[in-house]
Amino acid sequence: MRCALAVIFVLVSTAALGGSHFPPGHVDRMRGMTPITDEATPPPFVDPDDSSVRRARNYAMQPPVIPHKIDGYQLDTHVNRCMFCHARTRVEDSKAPMISVTHFMNRDGNFLAELSPRQYFCLQCHVPQVPLAPLVESQFVDVDVLLRRAGSPSATLRE
Amino acid sequence: MIALLKRYWQVLRRPSTHYSLGFLTVGGFIGGVLFWGGFNTALELTNTEQFCIGCHEMRDNVYQELQPTIHFTNRSGVRAKCSDCHVPHEWTSKIARKMQASKEVWGKVFGTIDTPEKFEAMRLPLAMNEWRRLKANNSLECRNCHDFPYMDFTRQSPRARDAHSTALARGERTCIDCHVGIAHRLPDLRGLDEMIAVHGVDAVPAVLLGGAAEVAQ
Ligand code: HEC
Ligand code: HEC
Ligand code: HEC
Ligand code: HEC
Ligand code: HEC
Repeated sequence: MRCALAVIFVLVSTAALGGSHFPPGHVDRMRGMTPITDEATPPPFVDPDDSSVRRARNYAMQPPVIPHKIDGYQLDTHVNRCMFCHARTRVEDSKAPMISVTHFMNRDGNFLAELSPRQYFCLQCHVPQVPLAPLVESQFVDVDVLLRRAGSPSATLRE
Repeated sequence: MIALLKRYWQVLRRPSTHYSLGFLTVGGFIGGVLFWGGFNTALELTNTEQFCIGCHEMRDNVYQELQPTIHFTNRSGVRAKCSDCHVPHEWTSKIARKMQASKEVWGKVFGTIDTPEKFEAMRLPLAMNEWRRLKANNSLECRNCHDFPYMDFTRQSPRARDAHSTALARGERTCIDCHVGIAHRLPDLRGLDEMIAVHGVDAVPAVLLGGAAEVAQ
């Protein structure tokens, strides 16, 4: 037993030391150079993207990101503020895109007359954006790029 | 009793023998000013935030909810107090509103909203009172601070610009038609249909008709 613990300890500590790409004293990306014993000063709030420019989706099933700010929008069991604009009956007034038909589907794939309860909390899938550099670099490759590499005639995105 | 009243009446009616007409006029004027000032000061006092949140119903519910909103703290440092949105600034409507407000004081005294649950249950009719007032006076209280002619559309977000330059500019909609729940959480809208049957559709902002009612079933 003691032996097993020792092995785990060695494994864990080598993983922790070996896996670290940070300069000495740099504890983690969120804290920056602040030592673990000190309180880090939080960065100022950044205004979310409110440009209303709809962004390309990275894959067909991606929930689109929200191109406007949602500060103070109430979303609880009493009120769904998002539906004030995105509901089927509201889009004529609000000029917002209607929630797509998948939002009316229950888990058996049947269409309900109204927003399906499992789609009620919009922020589970849709998020606003802030103009900040990502903390971790993304190595995502668009599927269209892969298709193009494979010679697909309908792939339009270039590397 | 009647005789006593009669005697006082006689005293009041008798022309003054001790004071000059000038003294009485000036004195009456000063007295009037003092009374008027005192009355307005008392009125102002009931307008302070402290007064409004003096009872726990307001302090524990609506005041808590106001605090994270933009009308409590913002980059410009301008705060909207309860009375900025709930008491009209024009004198006559102010008095009319105070008389109405005493109903809310009654509400407290007789315990109709003295627990969070009771408050929550009364919340929709209370909100509808506010909505009806703001719809009827073209959102006067909002316009005391935000005035349409001073809005610079080029500095507004695209969504705001689209809405303000159309329905608002044409006068088809007023602020409260679109901006509900800007200072407090909205009440449970599931009761809206019954409330519309009772209070009429005049008390319902446009944004709550249609979609919101649809989800709230
Ligand atoms: C005041 C009306 C309004 C409200 C409230 C609102 N939206 Fe929007 N939304 C819009 C409009 C209009 C657009 C179209 C792009 C634009 O003009 O910003 C949009 C676009 C979007 C899109 C992008 C769709 C796409 O295909 O790219 C998403 C996602 C979205 N909203 C989600 C939400 C969520 C989630 C909420 C609630 C937290 C919300 N919206 C509340 C008006 C609104
Ligand atoms: C379970 C995840 C999920 C939830 C919850 C969800 N959505 Fe979506 N939404 C998606 C996905 C995935 C798409 C893109 C594919 C599609 O249309 O179904 C989408 C698409 C959209 C679009 C774009 C529709 C179009 O035709 O361009 C809007 C607008 C939208 N959602 C709004 C909302 C709102 C408002 C809510 C809350 C009431 C919500 N969504 C809840 C996953 C979700
Ligand atoms: C005492 C003055 C005052 C009154 C009264 C007032 N507001 Fe405001 N309002 C402000 C200030 C100050 C801001 C924040 C300005 C800033 O820093 O961006 C603001 C911001 C707003 C915003 C922008 C919210 C956002 O997220 O950017 C809306 C919408 C708004 N008010 C609507 C209303 C409505 C509707 C009413 C009437 C019920 C009202 N206001 C009454 C002063 C007031
Ligand atoms: C037809 C609907 C509509 C009406 C009427 C309306 N607004 Fe707006 N307003 C919007 C929308 C939509 C937005 C942007 C989304 C949001 O803030 O939720 C907005 C945003 C705002 C903002 C923030 C500005 C920004 O750049 O985001 C303020 C302040 C504001 N409105 C004040 C008012 C005032 C004051 C009135 C009445 C004189 C009014 N609005 C009437 C729909 C409306
Ligand atoms: C920026 C304007 C604004 C300010 C500031 C404000 N209110 Fe309100 N209040 C409203 C509006 C608008 C409504 C109507 C319901 C809604 O849309 O949220 C309302 C509704 C209410 C209601 C009815 C119940 C409800 O929740 O709808 C009460 C009670 C109330 N306010 C009390 C207060 C008190 C107390 C304060 C100060 C701590 C205050 N309000 C500050 C705008 C404001």
